[in-house]
Amino acid sequence: MDSVTKRYPDGTVAVDRLTLEIPDRSITVLVGPSGCGKTTTLRMINRMVEPTEGTITLDGADLQRQPVTALRRSMGYVIQNAGLFQHRTILDNIATVPRMIGWGKQKSRERARELMERVGLDASLAKRYPYQLSGGQQQRVGVARALAADPPVLLMDEPFSAVDPVVRKGLQDELLRIQDELGKTIVFVTHDIDEAIKLGTMVAVMRTGGRLAQYAPPAELLSDPADDFVEDFLGADRGIRRLSFFASEGLQLTTAPVVRVDATAEQLAAPDAPYLLVTDVEGRPLGWSEPRDLTAGDIAAERLLPYGRPFVPGTDSLRAALDCAVLSPTGWAVAVDGDGRVTGVASQQTIGEAIRTAHGAADGRTAGPGTDGDRPAGAAGIAKAAP
Amino acid sequence: MNVLNFVNAFFSDSAHWHGYDGIPQRLLEHVQYTLLALGIAAAIGLPVGLLTGHTGRGGNAVAFVATAARALPSFGLLVLIAVVVGIGLLPVMIPLVVLAIPPILVTTYEAVRSVDPAPVDAARGMGMHESSILFRVELPVALPLVLSGLRSAAVQVVSTATIAAYVSLGGIGRYIIDGLYQRNYEKVVGGATLVALLALVTLAAFWAVGRLAVSPGVRRR
Ligand SMILES: Nc1ncnc2c1ncn2[C@@H]1O[C@H](COP(=O)(O)OP(=O)(O)OP(=O)(O)O)[C@@H](O)[C@H]1O
Ligand SMILES: [Mg+2]
Repeated sequence: MDSVTKRYPDGTVAVDRLTLEIPDRSITVLVGPSGCGKTTTLRMINRMVEPTEGTITLDGADLQRQPVTALRRSMGYVIQNAGLFQHRTILDNIATVPRMIGWGKQKSRERARELMERVGLDASLAKRYPYQLSGGQQQRVGVARALAADPPVLLMDEPFSAVDPVVRKGLQDELLRIQDELGKTIVFVTHDIDEAIKLGTMVAVMRTGGRLAQYAPPAELLSDPADDFVEDFLGADRGIRRLSFFASEGLQLTTAPVVRVDATAEQLAAPDAPYLLVTDVEGRPLGWSEPRDLTAGDIAAERLLPYGRPFVPGTDSLRAALDCAVLSPTGWAVAVDGDGRVTGVASQQTIGEAIRTAHGAADGRTAGPGTDGDRPAGAAGIAKAAP
Repeated sequence: MNVLNFVNAFFSDSAHWHGYDGIPQRLLEHVQYTLLALGIAAAIGLPVGLLTGHTGRGGNAVAFVATAARALPSFGLLVLIAVVVGIGLLPVMIPLVVLAIPPILVTTYEAVRSVDPAPVDAARGMGMHESSILFRVELPVALPLVLSGLRSAAVQVVSTATIAAYVSLGGIGRYIIDGLYQRNYEKVVGGATLVALLALVTLAAFWAVGRLAVSPGVRRR
């Protein structure tokens, strides 16, 4: 988009000289307060709205020169509340575009079935009508319908804003998974900054009046907001949220305070630690205890302190690790492997050091004191781990 | 003498069951007038209602035409036109069509207008042509209302088609007019009963069409 302006007939300037380069095969999120021109921007891409000034090019070709129906058919379009056709079954809703471009009934329905599976809809829903589906299911149908003819571009306007937070998280994870498999060029509109940060490869923050405030990858947005508006919009805990972008892989773990439930008296006495983490014989965590409360051969799992929610180094981010440590009654975070076996524990202090190292690496500065040079915790900003 | 006796006498008189003045013949004529008038009114009211409803333009004109048409008295119109063009089918058809157009036109317009804009937006965004949007997205959802407009037009035409008898045509109105003239109340009541029955049959027919034509997804059951 090159210096694109949209002025509605009533004089409202919805988008003001917006210049934006949207990368292929990744998710670009437009985010900003209500009325800042996100929807208008999105709808100029499929020409549901025509720009007043400026040009939009797709792969070097001016959109204005392309026939509008062909253009729209090459772009999937998902809207808030899905906008399903209530007189058609779920299967026929999804098959709409394939039917429209002449795939034939059989092939279109086959394709629709395939997509139902892809977006996580049970095949038994195929013959139902939209009113028989929950909001989240309808939204999945909306996504499937947009993907049906395999368009290279997907435009999504607040697709998940009408569902509750739990369902929304499921839909977001699903979208990321689908995107991993299909590699579409997605433009995604939301007013929810957390959603933008979670989904976006690039995030465009817009301000009222249709102007671009900042266009950057989410990690950069969190570390270097361009101005007060962006900083405000990001909210108070951007420091914590930024940790989502730092891998917990390099975190220094220790196994010293970890004891098995069948430990001998010497083993229980050996560690010099205020708390011990007791595991079962297979290494799965049972709980924390002070050493003096443990008697060899007589450790009862019920009397142990809860260990909170363990994190998986490599999969989870530093944010998850910190969260673990904060929630743990002992202040120590428990790390487990994929099978739930304890691989070690980390104190809040260790995690704090890892955070400083990660920040240092991300900011390209030398890490502060108290960090070991051999810890590559600065795989920062690459791994996008779940918070 | 009560009304039921009249009804009973009318329908049990075998003379009323055959010949050019028999019930089957009169019913057939009545149904023919109704269908013709309804067909013409639908041919005018439906396309205009669909188009104005889809584009959203001309809503005021629709309302104006409908109000004006409703203000015209059917019987007065019949007499007026009969005086101008003489006796025949035309003076009967014009008032019936004028009677039927407003409910068809206005309800169709309102029906299309009231379709949820989100699916329409989605359809347009996926590159559907305007005509497909109207017929494949808006009309199926608007259909129950469109049918209700046709239904009230049909019921009104069924009862008003009795005026055909005033200009020497047939239909059930014959019994009522002739009966009044001959002071044969058995005929009057019999004719009125037939009109009422035909109106009920019309309602039943529309109910059946609704069951068949409206998607379960729109009916929501
Ligand atoms: N058809 C229109 N005619 C006139 N003004 C419009 C029209 N559509 C949108 N606007 C105005 O343009 C501005 C941007 O609207 P837009 O819908 O793009 O905002 P948005 O960022 O998507 O907001 P939201 O988060 O509330 O959906 C608003 O001030 C809006 O009132
Ligand atoms: Mg919007």
